[in-house]
Amino acid sequence: MRIFYHLGRYTLFLKKVFGKPEKHSVFVKQIIREVDKLGIDSLGIVMIISVFMGAVITLQTAYNLEMPIIPKYTIGLAARDSILLEFSSTIVGLILAGKVGSNIASEIGTMRVTEQIDALEIMGINPAGYLVLPKVLAFVFIIPFLVIISMGIGILGGFVAGSLTGEVPGPEYIYGIQYAFIPFYIVYALIKSVVFGFIISTISAYWGYHVSGGALEVGAASTKAVVSSSIQILLFNLILTQLLLA
Amino acid sequence: MIEAIDVHKSFGDKEVLKGISTVFEKGKTNLIIGQSGSGKTVLLKSLVGLHDVTSGDIRYDGNSFLELNNKSKKRLRQDIGMLFQGSALFDSLTVEENIRFPLDMFTDWSMEKRRERANFCIDRVNLENANAKFPSEISGGMQKRVAIARAIALNPKYLFCDEPNSGLDPRTSIVIDELIHEITVEFGMTTIVNTHDMNSVMGIGENIVFIYKGEKLWEGTKDDIFHVQNKALEDFIFASKLFKKVRDNNGK
Repeated sequence: MRIFYHLGRYTLFLKKVFGKPEKHSVFVKQIIREVDKLGIDSLGIVMIISVFMGAVITLQTAYNLEMPIIPKYTIGLAARDSILLEFSSTIVGLILAGKVGSNIASEIGTMRVTEQIDALEIMGINPAGYLVLPKVLAFVFIIPFLVIISMGIGILGGFVAGSLTGEVPGPEYIYGIQYAFIPFYIVYALIKSVVFGFIISTISAYWGYHVSGGALEVGAASTKAVVSSSIQILLFNLILTQLLLA
Repeated sequence: MIEAIDVHKSFGDKEVLKGISTVFEKGKTNLIIGQSGSGKTVLLKSLVGLHDVTSGDIRYDGNSFLELNNKSKKRLRQDIGMLFQGSALFDSLTVEENIRFPLDMFTDWSMEKRRERANFCIDRVNLENANAKFPSEISGGMQKRVAIARAIALNPKYLFCDEPNSGLDPRTSIVIDELIHEITVEFGMTTIVNTHDMNSVMGIGENIVFIYKGEKLWEGTKDDIFHVQNKALEDFIFASKLFKKVRDNNGK
């Protein structure tokens, strides 16, 4: 029954979030600030994860395809499809649920317990719209770029690992990543990333916004934000895969 | 003038405010006093609309706050300034940006004019060399001053202060009390201060409402408060050994 309570409250929260912004010029500045804070600041972790992810996928595929009848370029092909279809959107989404989700929940939660949200309300500002909408728009805007960067770096990581270990010669890998390429896989990954961006930003903001208590509760809200965002990402990953690839 | 008319507020089965009626007068520093847990903060937050009252009415200059539509409530809120217990300054903004915030949001003034107004408020609360500092870089007393400056930036008609002395040393507490009182008189505001500090009561209490377990037990001025025969109020006032000593010496 508790899930229906949260679902109802989350829906009402979204209604508040998508209210009319107070002042256009302030709103635009906030979006730019959030793009920097949520997106650009996440670039490092996305790049590190992607390069290792690409390398490991390539090596694991290579070690499992040690049959002379299977050409080496299939390793590049398998690594590319794994990265495009799943890793760069879902795994990066899960990582960002941890980084960005906890950041949003703890920031808004701290503002709640230190009465900064009450102060906004007293001034006649819609706190949910003022604080959360710029984060949602900024993150939904920037996450596809992070996913595209992740794809590129993941594939590059696979190339470097394959070449350095000698498991996949460079030309074979390059041929593999171009072979039987389906451009829709990129569109599929980007659609997923936008949905995941929305899930991470709104669910995390929801938990932060409804904190009551003190520092302990802010920490608990942060954990709930990461856990519930991650579960929703996995659920929507399944739904979107069925809808877009079936 | 702000009126509370038979205000009741419950959280679940627990009734926190039990039919409070009182008038907070314009141009005066009105105090709500009482022990911790007596319902002072709930009353203050109900008056500003942060809590929805269970029953009763709240009137601002004769207009029912509860009957206002969202647009009118929003307009009224721009006439309200509030000083929170923990100051509630925005951590990511500098002192000047905090004070300029209501001006940025609700005026179409040029940046120069907004800065001018912010600096006027900064000067009014006697803050020096703090414009570019962040709230975490200044003392608790300075944070209160910044919060007062932010509260008066839009020249409000009503000022609410929730425990303005909380966490401050006695000397700084007096300075903040005096500042609130001076501003109230200077701008002709209706000010409501929520406190349990007897020094504030004796310093700035022009109209005092004593709340005990969610009920209004007494109302009067600082001159009357020592002559009241009420056990709960006496227990509250003379919990301080200093006040007890003053009373005993006067009795002799």
